[in-house]
Amino acid sequence: MTEWADKTAAVIAAAVKTGTVSARTVVEAALQRIEQRNPVLNAFTDVTATRALAKADAVDAVRAGGGDPGPLAGVPFAVKNLFDVADVVTLAGSKINRAHAPAAKNAILIERLEQSGAVLVGALNMGEYAYDFTGENAHAGPSRNPHDPNHMTGGSSGGSGGAVASGMVPLSLGSDTNGSIRVPSSFCGLFGLKPTYGRLPRSGSFPFVASLDHLGPMARSTADMALSFDAMQGPDAGDAACADVPALSLSSALGNDIFGLRIAIAGGHFQGDAHVEAHQAVEVVAEALGTNAVIDIPGAAEARAAAYLITMAEGAALHLDRLKTRHADFDADVRDRLIAGAMIPGAWVTKAQKYRRHFRQQVLKLFKTVDVLLAPSTPCVAPLIGQKILRLSDQDLPLRPNVGVFTQPISFIGLPVASVPVWLEGRRLPIGVQIICAPWREDICVRVSDWLERQGVVRAPIAAFEGVMA
Amino acid sequence: MKPDDFDPDVLMDQMARFLGLTIEPQYRAGVAQHLCSARKIAEPLLAFELDDESEPAPVFKP
Repeated sequence: MTEWADKTAAVIAAAVKTGTVSARTVVEAALQRIEQRNPVLNAFTDVTATRALAKADAVDAVRAGGGDPGPLAGVPFAVKNLFDVADVVTLAGSKINRAHAPAAKNAILIERLEQSGAVLVGALNMGEYAYDFTGENAHAGPSRNPHDPNHMTGGSSGGSGGAVASGMVPLSLGSDTNGSIRVPSSFCGLFGLKPTYGRLPRSGSFPFVASLDHLGPMARSTADMALSFDAMQGPDAGDAACADVPALSLSSALGNDIFGLRIAIAGGHFQGDAHVEAHQAVEVVAEALGTNAVIDIPGAAEARAAAYLITMAEGAALHLDRLKTRHADFDADVRDRLIAGAMIPGAWVTKAQKYRRHFRQQVLKLFKTVDVLLAPSTPCVAPLIGQKILRLSDQDLPLRPNVGVFTQPISFIGLPVASVPVWLEGRRLPIGVQIICAPWREDICVRVSDWLERQGVVRAPIAAFEGVMA
Repeated sequence: MKPDDFDPDVLMDQMARFLGLTIEPQYRAGVAQHLCSARKIAEPLLAFELDDESEPAPVFKP
């Protein structure tokens, strides 16, 4: 029965719509897969089985009554546990929030996916308060990489990566402030979409850095990213940063060629220190796309610095009262960074926000000559769980702050990015490449991702993991 | 900027008092490391010259 857990969202929705399979059968397969694989992978912190089966029955009832069960009919999905799920406590990866009352209602994106026929099956492990690139969590234990459970999922949307790469669900939602969708997509070998800043409303999700927070989907195919995006977009008054922009149909961007697109490799900072796999993956994608052009992105190191400081300061401001009264209840790695963040000078943060406008203007000029920029998603494949040091060019760097070195300058100015999974020949672990486009052009990200997937250049197979650790 | 002129422990102690934060002995090494990392990472930004007229990215629209 668990064969349905291996299917993509698009395949499931089509089969439920035509009556080939019931939503209940699909959701039961997902729940069974979760029972088998989650004890080791630790992706889920809550499994909402009762709610999921009731919703699946409702989808089946709509179809039985002759109605349209929706474009995501019967598709199981799960969300990073910073999304509000009605009657579940919104943990945001923390111990402190465990004392909060359960959420009164669902986050807006959950509502929209369920209105399209998708079925929420649970909430997912994450780095505490999203200040994390590892997928480790001192309170819930680390989420583990399905391709090798001794390795990190990447964070902070670690459970969102593990759940999809292991076939527990075909679709998950994560958040990305500095790379937290793209990093686990890279380490777990998934397609991840970080939309333009302000595209998807964040209403009903626990914040981290309001001026940088984004939400988006992770999946095993471009089509599933597109389908879910199409169902979730649209403004909402509950998010002050959400823009009222015309809707896109990303599903319409599928199946096209890449003729006419101007594509280049991001140079400078993005060709800097990294493990060989990171740059090889970009070369593989660039070659497939027929480009060897390199465009320097001046000021990217400064952009990374500015995003880093804004994150420290805004994150600390969010948690300052908890740092005073509950400091012993934080994950030590997160707490020490937040305390340091409270001590960052205001002048540095204001300069960082001014630089943000300057960098945006510089990069928008580049997009007059190019449509797509390629860059590594991470400087390495998934490190071992517990690893603290990233060795680059004979230099030992602290791992946590440096995993996002290539993602951070891009989200800083809110550009849309699809992270696509590359499996280099002979390597056991995947690595992601960022397909970066101009603001509001998620359609180009998806068009390129889909084309690469159809050529077999990028792919997201379910991990061979069967539920026990080697 | 000369990192060797900077003592993270002094800053940590004074800012903790200024902000009303408690820093337990076991937090000190981590906080010091993050202060030093942030200072190092900030260098290129702080060295970049912006016009006096530069506006920060979020502009409040009443």
